[in-house]
Order: sequence, then C-alpha cells, then structure tokens
Amino acid sequence: MSDRPDPPAHYREPLLQTPFHARARALSQVDQFTPWSGYTTVDVFTTVEQEYFAIRNAAALYDLTPMSKYRIGGPDAVDFLDRLLTRRASGLAPGRLAYCLWCDDDGHLVDDGTLFRLDETEYRLCAASRQLDWLAASAIGFDVQIDEVTAQIAALALQGPTSCSVLKAAGLVGIEHLKPFQLGRYDCGWPLIVSRSGFTGDLGYELWMEPDHALGVWDRLHEVGRSRGLRAIGSKALNVARIEAGFIAPNIDFIPASHALRANRARSPLELGLERFVDFDKGHFTGRRALLAERERGPRRRLVGLDVGGNKPAHDALLYAERAGRREVGAVTSAVWSPTCKRNIALAMVNWPHCTEGSALWADIYLNRELVWERRMTAARVVDRVFFSPERRRRTPAVDA
Amino acid sequence: MSRARAVDALVVGAGHNGLVAACYLARAGLSTTVVERNPYVGGAAVSRSLYPQFTYSNCSYVCSLLRPEIMRTLELPRHGLQVIPYEGGCTMMRDGGHLALYDNHDALYREIARHSKHDAEAYERYSRDMIRQCKFIKPLLLREPPDPTSFKPRDLMELLYLARRFHGLGERGMCDTLRFWTMSAADFLDEYFESEIVKAHLAGSSIIGTALGPRSPGTAYVLLHHYMGDIDDTVGAWGFARGGMGSISNALAASLQESGGEVRTGAGVERILVRGGRAVGVRLQNGEEIAARLVLSNMDLKRTFLESIDLEWLPEEFVSRVRNFKIRGSSGKLNIALDGLPSFPAIPAGAPCIRGDMHVTDTIEMMERAYDDWKAGRWSRAPYIDMLIPSQIDPTMAPHGKHYMSVFVQYCPYELADGPWNDERRRAFGDTVIETIGRQSPDFKKLILHAEIRTPWDIEREVGLTEGNIFQGELTMDQLLFNRPIPGYAQYRTPIRGLYLCGSSTHPGGGVMGAPGANAARAVLRDLGRRMAA
Repeated sequence: MSDRPDPPAHYREPLLQTPFHARARALSQVDQFTPWSGYTTVDVFTTVEQEYFAIRNAAALYDLTPMSKYRIGGPDAVDFLDRLLTRRASGLAPGRLAYCLWCDDDGHLVDDGTLFRLDETEYRLCAASRQLDWLAASAIGFDVQIDEVTAQIAALALQGPTSCSVLKAAGLVGIEHLKPFQLGRYDCGWPLIVSRSGFTGDLGYELWMEPDHALGVWDRLHEVGRSRGLRAIGSKALNVARIEAGFIAPNIDFIPASHALRANRARSPLELGLERFVDFDKGHFTGRRALLAERERGPRRRLVGLDVGGNKPAHDALLYAERAGRREVGAVTSAVWSPTCKRNIALAMVNWPHCTEGSALWADIYLNRELVWERRMTAARVVDRVFFSPERRRRTPAVDA
Repeated sequence: MSRARAVDALVVGAGHNGLVAACYLARAGLSTTVVERNPYVGGAAVSRSLYPQFTYSNCSYVCSLLRPEIMRTLELPRHGLQVIPYEGGCTMMRDGGHLALYDNHDALYREIARHSKHDAEAYERYSRDMIRQCKFIKPLLLREPPDPTSFKPRDLMELLYLARRFHGLGERGMCDTLRFWTMSAADFLDEYFESEIVKAHLAGSSIIGTALGPRSPGTAYVLLHHYMGDIDDTVGAWGFARGGMGSISNALAASLQESGGEVRTGAGVERILVRGGRAVGVRLQNGEEIAARLVLSNMDLKRTFLESIDLEWLPEEFVSRVRNFKIRGSSGKLNIALDGLPSFPAIPAGAPCIRGDMHVTDTIEMMERAYDDWKAGRWSRAPYIDMLIPSQIDPTMAPHGKHYMSVFVQYCPYELADGPWNDERRRAFGDTVIETIGRQSPDFKKLILHAEIRTPWDIEREVGLTEGNIFQGELTMDQLLFNRPIPGYAQYRTPIRGLYLCGSSTHPGGGVMGAPGANAARAVLRDLGRRMAA
C-alpha cells in the first residue's frame, strides 16, 4: 500500500482493506466484520469460543494493521516523548518497547499505546486510535518529526502458548530468547520486526512488516502453524482475552480525554489503576501537576476487577453497596465469563471507598430469558483485575510448547 | 371597535413563531386570532408556487433548529410536517477540486485527509467542541433568559440554572464559551485547521444571514447557531421539510385551528392600539379594529415599535435602543426552476454530496472580499452561495425529472450605493449569482426555466422583515440572551402592558426554531397565572 491520495469516491467504499484482507475474507465463515480506524477488520471468523481457545491453548493470529502508527524522529524526539508520556522515554533502550500513557493538562488519559525504540534515533508510537492531532499539538516547540506510517506497516499479533514454536518453525532463528518488551529483526523469508508484546496477557509476539510482504508472511505462518493449532481470530475473541488480562480498552473502559463531551467523563491513570506507568520523578510531563494533586487528594474512583457470582456476565450492570440497591457506587465497563479461569469476571469503575480490594458489592444484572427479562442482584467482590497471567508470559527463553 | 367581543390573544403576523405562540395560547384555552398581511401564512417559512408545478421554499429553505419539543407538543407530524435529513454537502474549488462532507465517519475522514491528514483528525476535535457548546446552549433555547440585574426569585433561579449549566462545562469549557461567543469564525477555525478549503467550507455557516465577514468578531457564534440543531437527535444535521418550509407553517396553522384558534390572512395590521399604556387591540389596514386583551407581535423589534405603535407610549431610552438594534440586510435569495439536474464536474459522479448544501467559495479570503463589497454598498461580485436542490430528495417540489434549486446569497445590501433597487439592478444581481453557479456547472444556465430573484429590499417588502434580515436582528453577543432584543426587555414583555414580542428578534433568535414563539407564549401564560402545555 502506498500513501497516495485516495480517489475521491469514499462514499462508495468508506473503509480501507488491510494487506491481509484477501486471506481474512476467504477465512471468514460468518461474515462478521467491524470498522476499526478506517479499515474493515474481522469481528468473528468462525466462533468466538474456538478463536478464544486458540489464544489460550495454541496460537492465534490477529490483524493489527489498523493500529495508528507514528514514526517519531528528530533531535528533540526524546525530549518530546518525555513531555508527552507519563513514563520516562529516555530510559527506553534501543531494541525495547514500553506500554505507555499520555494525558491532557488535566491529567486525564488521552490514550494508551506502545512506544518502540527502533534504534538510537528513531521511535515508533502505536495506539488504538488516531493521535496525529494530539501529537502535533504536543510537539509545538520541539524539533521533532512526526509521520503517520499506519498504511506503510502491516502488522500481525501472534499470541498463545505455541506462538514461539510457530515462529521458530517459520525460520525465526533465536526468537525464543526475545524477552518481554524487547524487539528484534528476524527473517521468515521476508524481513520482520518482532516484538514480544500483545493484548492477551499471554506468551505472544507482534510482527511488523512491509505491506508487500504481508500475504507471504501470513501464508508462511499458516503453513507451519497448522500443526500447532494456529488460527486467525477476530476482535471478539481478543476482547475476552484482554479482559482476563485486565487490559483496558478505549471507549469501553474509559473515554479518551480528547473525545469526552462532558467535562467529568474523562479519567486519569490513577483512576484507571495505571499509576505504575506514571513517573512523577522524571521531570515535567503533560498532566503531571494535575496528577500530583490527585495523588495528594486520593482518587475518587478506580477501575477494578470484579469477581461476580453466578455465570451470567454482568454487562453494563450498575453496582450497589448493598443488596437492596439503594446506594449506587459504580458500574461495570467490561464483563465476560472467563473460560480459562472458570470465573465470572468484570472490570468496573467503582467509587471510593468501595473500590478497595475485598469490598463486597452487588451487581444489578438483567437477563433476557427468551424475551422475559429477569433482574438478578448478584454478589460481587473487588479483586485484582489481572485475572490471568501465566508463567509462560514472562519466561525467557520462551516455552516451546 | 367593530367586533363586540375582544379576543384573549391577538398575534400580529403568521410567521412560524407567531403561529407557535398562538398554538400554545389556544391550547391553554385562550381565544386566539392570528392576523397576517399576506394572503398566505408562514412569513419567512413559506412554500409558494411561482412557476407551474414547482414549489419553492421562497425564504428559509432548510430545517434543523425547529425545536423537537414544539413539534411533539403541537403534534406537527400529525398535521403534515415531515422533516427529512440530507447528507453532507460540498464546496467546489476554482481549480476543479472539491471537498465533500459525508455522514459516514470513515468516508469523511478519508475525504478531509485528501486535503490534510491533520485536519481530518482535527475535525473530530472541532465537532467535539461544537457539541460541547451545543450541550450548554441547547437547554437555554426554550427558557426565558434571566435578567442578571433582577432579584426576583424566578430570575435568580434561572441565573442559578444558567450558572450550573455553565459550570458543568468545566473550567476550560467555560472559557471556551466566552471565546466562542465573541471570536471571529476565521480565528476560531484557525485553531483547528490548516487547509484553506476545510476552513472555507466550515466558515460558510458563520456568515449566513449575518452582516459580518468571517474575520469579524462574533461570527464564531453564528457558526454554533447553525450547528446546534438536530434531526432525530443527530446534532448538526439539517434537512428538508417535505413540501418546502411552508409545511412547517401550514402544520402550525392546522394545529392552531384544531385547538380553536383562528388565522386571518390578507389582514395587515396598520396600528397596534394602546390605551392608557396597555395594548387593547389592532387596527387593520382596511380600517377594521380588533379588540384584544393581549397582543403578541411576531414582527421584528423595529417594525413593531417604530412602525406600528404611537411612540408617545414608549420610554425615550427604549425607543433609542430600538433604533440602535442591529438588523441589517445582507442576504439575497434565488429560487430556480430547472429543466433537469445540472452537472457539477468538480463532484465525482454519484457522490451524495450534491443532495446537500453546495458552495463555490474555496477560501475565507474570498468570503471576506465578498463582505467588502457589501460594506461598499454593492452586492458581492463573487458571492458566497448556499445552494441546494431539494427536489432530489423531496419529490413534491418539482415535476419528475425537473428540479427546484434554492440559492441563498451572501452578501447583498439592503441599500445600494449607486441608487435604489429596481428591476434592472435586481436582474443584474441575479445574473451575478447565476454566472457564479455557471462557472461550476456548464449546463446550469440553459436548464433555467424560471428564477425568482429576491434582494433584501424584496424580502422586507414581501415578508416584512426589516432590511430583509433573516434573523430579525443580528446574532451577535451584544444582542443575545438577556440582551436580546434589548437589555431589560429580554423576557418577551415590552414597556406596554399586554404587548409581547414573539418573533426572532427575541431570545434565542432566528433560524426557524419556533423557540421565541414558545417562550413568549409561556411568558404570557405566566402573567395570566397559567401553565403552558409541555
């Protein structure tokens, strides 16, 4: 794909296709696609359950191309990133990547993403949604070059216990030695940048390549992956895994500050339970003063994990402090039955002090039982929101199951 | 008086606001009569047939701001009103390019990104900020603006409400509001966009109906004024009233009649009668007098007080403020019957944007130069036009295969520097507009079957709007909220007891909202100790 201007007929085809689209289209059995940042992407290929278990049992391949990607270079790149991000960019060694957050002046989260340090001078920032407007505004006064490279880089996430084995079989020599949040250059017949990272909380990798190589890489992975349980997955299955991992999603668990219409809807990293990614000692960054004040004051609410009774996911449930349902103290943002943990889990934004671990809450769950609605006040307990974090996620050399 | 019994409420002018006020009063049980000078109802919300089988929306031409509460309470859909949204719009560029707006978010992104990737993203920030401000302003539309100098409990409560809403915007939002209400559209758009064409397209609605240029302070608010409407909860959407804008007035008149109210057309008011400081009725141009306990004027501020009432009843300061009220004519209108759909080579074939508002002004500079002409007392040599072909969507406007085109023109002065308006000058003005469109549409001219050309002078003469100002007074901060139309008289009441204003000269202003009429009715009923139907 090139960066040439679109022919002006988008009203007929508003969505772009990723370089993997031809293969994804062919594998889709249920015709469930969904738009993501201007691309058409797969929601479900076959069934959510089968795709989910590819993530937790074997290897899952997910098309990441629509991730907004920005090349950041220039003499002030590090200074710019240190000002932009809540954690220290200067501490990131070449060949490493880091999960990072960026806030507005009020300390509210604009978005989260990953920062890659490709080499001494070049950084790449990846985010789930477009950030050029925010980056450009933040770059005022810095000698920095920011280029959107979304369409120039095709990307796949390969996640799951056999993912390392698949890559080895595909010819990525030494891939098992790649540590979490490390990146390296490999070859599987086509050159790749591989990072050990992902959105599943499992052993996994993300593969970055030229769009022209995309189909070749896809085919190669499927060829060697077939015997290792590899299958393409859509975003529905990925969503189950990311809730189990306790990862947050924009517009689901938080409203990006740059999109919030109402003044009190945006959320801070402290409220979202991400304070470990905020480095108050690194010097000034956007939102620091507001976040310091908030730390001083203590957050008013917090995104927590919930262990919910029963087996019905607490979708959109309001949370109460007592069974009678009089004192509303929060609401569920994401909910799912965890097939791996065998628990009914949820992420929820809960007011202080009910957000402290161990707090007993009641979730008001509505059930549609063949068009008859039933209301279940269900006991829920505040727990650590990382519901699933297997040893293989961290181990290096990676397990070669 | 020629009539034995006085009506409870007499409304002068059957414009949409007069009709809205009358509907609410009639529903509250008041005997209500509306008198209208023209042989038809509607004022500036009319549909007329001036060429066989064609219907024109002669003045106002698109609908977005009409309050949904009014449509619902007055049951306008049951009385025949249907509002159909149209999709997007476009600006055709002099170099053959174009910018289109699409409803589909991804198509819109790609379209703007063709001109600037940065602007494609900034457009989201722009929409966010517009919607934020709309959220603040919208609930104020159907409320009487509080008098900030008053200590009456009602005013204090309303001020508190305003303060709460305002505070709800957050610190930055509050500052933004003040900037919004006072900035120029050009400065405002510069804070978001880099591309000339994007800015020019969006700046259009900051000058429509306004005797200001895009670089004049205060025009950012006009932009917002045109954005705060919605169709079926889609904020910023505009649409057509099926059968033309007259459908709104006709539905209102039907609703009024069902509630027992009366409309008398062809009954122009010569004088609003005042006795002992109290309005007691009107004298029609034919000499007939109608007695009324209350009189509501749907006429604009100047026409009401400077032309229809003996000045002896009015405080001097009030009169001078009325004289100073800014109500300048700046817009013209062409209604054109076309033998077919004109082609626009700048627009890709089949693109839906030609069913929306089309423009040919591709820089803000051009708009400002167009305004310079107005200041010099001549119509713009390269005018800004807001052009729509409603018959593509509404099949009732023109015979099959033929089309009705509405062309709103900015700027056109009420008074020309080189002499009064006459047929020849009107024709020359029309030719300027037709030439302007012709530059983007090679077959346009030869498709014209008929054209109605209206200058501000014509609009004043036919509709009664002073200087032909479509908003019954400029929408600038000095004339908004508790300053609209003039300080101390922002609550629909006047120095004359029993006389109320219910037209767009009052809060929240023009744009076929109906809100001034509804608010005026509420004020009347409150004075009578009654409540208005919700």
